[in-house]
Amino acid sequence: MSNFLQQCFNGLVSGSFYALLALGLAVIFGMLGVVNFAHGALYMLGAFGAYVLLVEAGVPFWGALVVVPAALFVVGVVLERTLIRRLTPLDPVYNFLLTFGLTLVLQDAVKREYGVQSQPYPRPAELSGSVSLGLFDYPAYQVFVLAVSVLLCAAVWVVLNRTRVGMVVRAATERPELTRALGVNVGRWVTPVFGFGVALAGLAGVLAAPMRAVNPLMGADLIIAVFAVVVIGGLGSVFGSVLAGFAIGLLQALGNLYVPALSQTLIFIIMAGVLLWRPAGLFGREEART
Amino acid sequence: MIRMLLRHTEPASRPVRSLLLATGLLLALALPWLIYPPVAMDIATWALFAAALDLLLGYTGLLSFGHAAFWGTAAYTAGLIAIHSGLPFPVAVLGGAALAAALAVPIGYLCVRNAGIYFAMVTLAFAQMIYFVANQWRDLTGGENGLQGIPRELFGLDLSDPFVFYYAGLPIVLFGLFCLWRIVHSPFGHVLVAIRDNPARAQAIGYPVERYKLLAFVLSAALSGLAGGLFAISHGFASLQEVYWTTSGKAVMMVVLGGIGTLWGSALGAALVVQLEDYLSTSGFDGIGLVTGTVFVLVVLLFRQGLWGAARQVAAAVRARRAPRPPTPAPRAPAEPMPAPSTLPR
Repeated sequence: MSNFLQQCFNGLVSGSFYALLALGLAVIFGMLGVVNFAHGALYMLGAFGAYVLLVEAGVPFWGALVVVPAALFVVGVVLERTLIRRLTPLDPVYNFLLTFGLTLVLQDAVKREYGVQSQPYPRPAELSGSVSLGLFDYPAYQVFVLAVSVLLCAAVWVVLNRTRVGMVVRAATERPELTRALGVNVGRWVTPVFGFGVALAGLAGVLAAPMRAVNPLMGADLIIAVFAVVVIGGLGSVFGSVLAGFAIGLLQALGNLYVPALSQTLIFIIMAGVLLWRPAGLFGREEART
Repeated sequence: MIRMLLRHTEPASRPVRSLLLATGLLLALALPWLIYPPVAMDIATWALFAAALDLLLGYTGLLSFGHAAFWGTAAYTAGLIAIHSGLPFPVAVLGGAALAAALAVPIGYLCVRNAGIYFAMVTLAFAQMIYFVANQWRDLTGGENGLQGIPRELFGLDLSDPFVFYYAGLPIVLFGLFCLWRIVHSPFGHVLVAIRDNPARAQAIGYPVERYKLLAFVLSAALSGLAGGLFAISHGFASLQEVYWTTSGKAVMMVVLGGIGTLWGSALGAALVVQLEDYLSTSGFDGIGLVTGTVFVLVVLLFRQGLWGAARQVAAAVRARRAPRPPTPAPRAPAEPMPAPSTLPR
């Protein structure tokens, strides 16, 4: 029983990363119609940012948790202004290709600098122990990751649904032309939203640094799993993406427990099932598919 | 989507086309004299792969980012057949292509229900699944060590010299390219173009759009498999690299660089990318993706019509200047793809 619960927890923790990345992807897709292939590479950049800050400047984890997402926000703004923007009026496929090229560049740039082996990153001292969760003890750091992810996703949900900015973003996501016609300056929000999505990827990267291997290819396989998550949740749906993120993490961990042979392929099998049953994803709208 | 790149350019006149074809054939035959023969073989196989991908991207309007699944599956299959049966290598290659086509049926069935960017993501995800299967099925694929020691058997002939093997493999590539050329210029190919340009209208006219897309997907996968099987035989091994998403991306890169919707452009793009990577790796440069990625970003930003597309525009402009008979509306070369009449939410 406690083994089962522990696996559930493991699943939710890996789901935290799926959810944070899927959230960023979904927000960016909603606002710009861009599927950001470089999201995994930017996540990797976030982890390396934390590592470099620690090694070169002695900035601890808590500092990196603030500085790195801020820096990646700037990276995102620059990317959007200089590259992405030029292609948004065209078919979304072109931005997909552009960000694919960027992924290769980012991965190999970091690989040239640091090699392919994983860099060590210590857990912050405050979170090095474990917490008792009733039936079993669980590493404090993992609990922290889960809490941060859930809180952030909830905060984004509140912002999207309870504030004026969120209202504009939602309206612009669903009916961009109509929103413009109503006098809302949609273009003004495009760049910050892209930056925000990239910052989320960076934050996920910082969170991953102490518990996952920091290496140039850490985002390469993850991004494709996140694509599957987003397809399952429904590409246009922020809520669906986050929910699917946690759910897939959970299912993967349970799959690992009961059918270890399927641990890596399970997510894609689920995706195939969802595509058969609801081609637009669980929470997606039909028109987002064409 | 990418449809508008073809529409405005008229086909070259018959003598010009024959001349181009003759030049292409001559180049293909002379290639191992001009460059290092193993690289020549790589160019030939990648050219077929890229052209097969272009059948989907350029002529059906579907960006598959998962064709490594078919190329890689065929590479493993051809390798296994060659190792365990001792049959002539073309049989092994055909076997690989057949399995790639069989695999494309269920994957294609699930993917063609989606279009545009969704299609790209779903194909990518399924290819990743094949990658993990290949990674885990160690007994069959050798896992991370790959499948090694694939023989090149052809009725007892000695094919160990890459120069000789090039001429043994070239007919397969030419056969694949010929199939593609036939498909594109057949009534079926014209329906595909109609679907690419306006799926709703094609559906309304009465074409079963999804079935056509599926058939195009399977044909494209089979020909990619033909290329992948030959690649494995020519290298003597098949590795996980063959099923990884960077391989899918490389093929897409070749198509875009050469010009989407131009079969010969794909071959040109393949030649350039293979040559570039070969140059970088032999010169000891570490970080090939840094260069290819930058080139690709620049191509997507500034040169979306690709090399062949640009050549076509120049040719059309020259023709327009030479024959100014219909005085006013000179055939315009599209400088920029038109904005897509996208139904995606922005």
